[in-house]
Amino acid sequence: MRSSLISKRYFIILLAGLLLSAMSAFGESTFVTKGSRAASLDSCVAPTNVMRRNHMDFLKHGRDDTVLDGVRGLEYSLSECIDCHASTGQSGKAMPVDAEGEFCQECHGYVAVSPACFQCHRTTPEKKGNKYGYHKDESFFVESTSQPAGIQRD
Amino acid sequence: MSKKGDQPSMERRQFIGGTIAAAGAVTIAPGVILHAVADTNQRTEGASSEHRWGMVIDANKCADGCTACVDACNSEHGLTDLGRPETDAAWIRTVKLKDKQTGNISRLPVMCQHCEHPPCVDVCPTNASFKRADGVVLVDRHRCIGCRYCMMACPYKARSFIHEALSDQSVSAPRGKGCVESCTLCVHRIDEGVMQTACQEACDKDGHAAILFGDLKDPNSEISQVLKKYNSVQIRGDLELNTGVRYRNL
Repeated sequence: MRSSLISKRYFIILLAGLLLSAMSAFGESTFVTKGSRAASLDSCVAPTNVMRRNHMDFLKHGRDDTVLDGVRGLEYSLSECIDCHASTGQSGKAMPVDAEGEFCQECHGYVAVSPACFQCHRTTPEKKGNKYGYHKDESFFVESTSQPAGIQRD
Repeated sequence: MSKKGDQPSMERRQFIGGTIAAAGAVTIAPGVILHAVADTNQRTEGASSEHRWGMVIDANKCADGCTACVDACNSEHGLTDLGRPETDAAWIRTVKLKDKQTGNISRLPVMCQHCEHPPCVDVCPTNASFKRADGVVLVDRHRCIGCRYCMMACPYKARSFIHEALSDQSVSAPRGKGCVESCTLCVHRIDEGVMQTACQEACDKDGHAAILFGDLKDPNSEISQVLKKYNSVQIRGDLELNTGVRYRNL
């Protein structure tokens, strides 16, 4: 009887401890990856809570304006998300935002929502200075050629 | 996805903010209307039906063995050469035509002709294939299901299908597996006000100047002047699609 009481008490303490640590981890975490430009800023283009809730809607409106009507330079732009939120890896290269542990994937993996954006959109910042004209960047074509044909769907 | 009903209303907050801002603007001085807050972002105006973008290509000036336009297009839009010519994307193809009677060979680059009445738009089941207000025919990849009807419908064989998963795309040309694509007439340049396509830039740089891009609706534009002065044809003009790309000396 006594032993079961103790084990019950321990169990509750353990549970409370776990809950507390989980909560504190959740509360403290900003989900902004170290080494990204976003980490040095106070907030995104809108307050953090607004962005967390509505970023997908902002992007969806913007994409239709841009693709269908040719309106560019919108306040909410996916390429700017990537410019700001991509962190720099150990090799000095930018990490893809949809890689494990990176900004987009961190939350999207948690909520099990696949960000389909990156089937088409670039996941690392593009080098500045070649907005138009030739892509002189040598690393430009390298990675995609090594990918096996027709295996990866998303 | 979450239902929209559980979202806090942002409209109310914006309405209050907007009302305060409006009141502020009015009270500055009677009779003076201040144009709202300065536009912080560089929002462009977008496509307008006052323009119709097109090209004239001079087949005589297109040099044998030159692939400058194709290479420039590939690098501008990040079209990767995967070493599989049957399935690799090609927004521009160089075509050789031989007159069997005379043996005369003419060369010309063929890309999306940006028809006024595009068959690809007619057949698209999801409205992914569309024509912009300024006459540029595009694929909205957010809607494209990859059925390839448009590829069948296009008389110019201008469209490509992406067969393989991609990475490291160009920011100005997002593209991915399972979508159809074709020449965009460099819309990202048009929208930013750069009046030169990548292919024209490369062709000019190589000194051939076979490609001329411009506004077909503006009678004073260089392209309109050239078209007025010289004879030009549409490929498969019999289809009456009224293409935006025309050819000289063909």
